[in-house]
Amino acid sequence: MNKSIQSEPLSLESLQAGDRAEFARMVDAYSAMIYRLGLKMLSNPQDAEDVLQETFIKAFRNLDRFDGRASVSTWLYRIATNEALMLLRKKRPDSISVETPWEEDTEEQEPLQIIDWCCLPENELMSTEVREYLDQAASKLPASLKVVFILRDIEGLSTRETANVLDISETAVKTRLSRARFRLREDLTMYFGERVEGHSDGTY
Amino acid sequence: MEHIENCRDLLSSLSDYVDGSLHKELCVEIERHMSGCEDCQIVIDTLRKTVYLYQTTTEPPTMPDEVRQRLFHRLDLDAFLNL
Repeated sequence: MNKSIQSEPLSLESLQAGDRAEFARMVDAYSAMIYRLGLKMLSNPQDAEDVLQETFIKAFRNLDRFDGRASVSTWLYRIATNEALMLLRKKRPDSISVETPWEEDTEEQEPLQIIDWCCLPENELMSTEVREYLDQAASKLPASLKVVFILRDIEGLSTRETANVLDISETAVKTRLSRARFRLREDLTMYFGERVEGHSDGTY
Repeated sequence: MEHIENCRDLLSSLSDYVDGSLHKELCVEIERHMSGCEDCQIVIDTLRKTVYLYQTTTEPPTMPDEVRQRLFHRLDLDAFLNL
């Protein structure tokens, strides 16, 4: 990738006028970010590449309808998350769609293990094996939680940006993020708990 | 556990708490509770560590060159591959 072409801000006017070079600049500016989103959502390089290609094909087709109110990245994330969720549904029809206002009010009591694994040394918490486990744990989240978790904690979007991308309320973003994080905490507690000696094995 | 209800009540605020985006009054309440509840302290510490692990192990986005080539080809942008 040529870095020098990244410096100039994109011109929406040129993009909408059909300037191919400008579109190529947009692809280079955002494709790695969209590819990572696809990888994290689908856990498979081929699927991530499909999401990537479909995202830019749709972006190109719909450029004239992009009004510039959202940022280009928000707009592309929106197209990409829709593609990823659609693909996920196709592969796992039982997974919950992002539009479903699922369980938001039914606060079920999830298990809560009390093992303090924070004391484990940093190199043990950051090993290659752990990184792979982190990916695996996130991939097991239901789609509606996973997409929020990825946008907020992996891609680093704000609550408001995530709400804009998914077209849901900021409260829904916070609720889903909280659930995702608690599920992951639970999963990691099982995983790291075995390594902590003499832990108190309590639950609420 | 005597304060079990109390602890469960706090849970829904903890994600915001570790983000530092919770109202000050609620933070004070959580901190007061935590100082006398070792279990909640552990829940908060491990929740914070969970978020920290994901955030810090995330590498900057990269994409294999052949993926970029196929993308440019699919978008009919081959002429701009080497610009």
